[in-house]
Amino acid sequence: MIRAGDPVPDFTLKRGDGSDFTPADLEGQTTVLVFYPFAFSPVCTDQLNLYEEVLDDFKAQGATLYGVSCDAGWSQTAFVEKLGVTIDQLSDFEPKGEVSRAFGVYHPGGFPQRALVIVGPDKLVRWSYQADSPGDLPGANLIFDALAA
Amino acid sequence: MSDLGSAPIPGVSDQDHVRGPNDGRTLIVYADFECPFCAALEIRLRTLREDRIVFRHFPVRSSHPRAWPAACAAEAAGLQGRFWEMHDELFADPARLEDPHLWDRARRLGLELERFDRDRRAGAARDRVKRDFRSGVRGGVVTTPTIFELAEDGAVVQLGREQFGPARGPEWTSER
Repeated sequence: MIRAGDPVPDFTLKRGDGSDFTPADLEGQTTVLVFYPFAFSPVCTDQLNLYEEVLDDFKAQGATLYGVSCDAGWSQTAFVEKLGVTIDQLSDFEPKGEVSRAFGVYHPGGFPQRALVIVGPDKLVRWSYQADSPGDLPGANLIFDALAA
Repeated sequence: MSDLGSAPIPGVSDQDHVRGPNDGRTLIVYADFECPFCAALEIRLRTLREDRIVFRHFPVRSSHPRAWPAACAAEAAGLQGRFWEMHDELFADPARLEDPHLWDRARRLGLELERFDRDRRAGAARDRVKRDFRSGVRGGVVTTPTIFELAEDGAVVQLGREQFGPARGPEWTSER
């Protein structure tokens, strides 16, 4: 997995509107990439719901969150609309998992590991974390700890 | 500096909602009133008459849009000395949490209705719920219900939900 101090790899993810999201979009802001296995799955549901509840606190810390999965953008949009979650989603659908692989978080089962990556405004990784199991949900406190470090 | 960084789950204080005997095990439950798994846990907890139960709010708006109003209603009832009665009324029918349902419960409990409605919308109730929620976030609570036991040495130890009833939702074996 990508580690603190590493530069982010070159990548292209797709926003919900189909536009590209690239490392250029990381410049000048602190970004939290939330890699999750599957839209609509139970743990991913809990994870996005929890982070949404403290989204204002993340913003107060100057951090912008994005959900990243290998689901198609349409699926991600339907997922967050169902939940009432406003965290922007980025799709790693095609070539499937290419960005997850570049970050070292692609699960052999064909989906992203449950992983968190904080990228600084200089596009260097500040912190990364991978759950022991995709079924484990990292608490929001871990992200706040890392943002404060 | 955020105040949501990691911190231990707080021990029991006089600010908590507590019921049950003082000489038994103390269980701290983070839950919300719209969560069906919390309602199922509540049924189980009521059979544990030797335990002291501490209830803390952990409402998550996006999954349970009426959890916050319900939590504030419980706090408003608490200001009239009826927190646990409202707690029980809410868990008895988690599918009916709209305002008229909250008023019905308040009437059944004999609460002063205007005061109840004013209090449940007031900042004090929200602050009280928020304090519980944030203590849970800092302690690593990620979903509801989450249960801790207060050990004799004062440590707070998380317990597995499977100890208290059916597992929460379908098993997630494909991700493991």
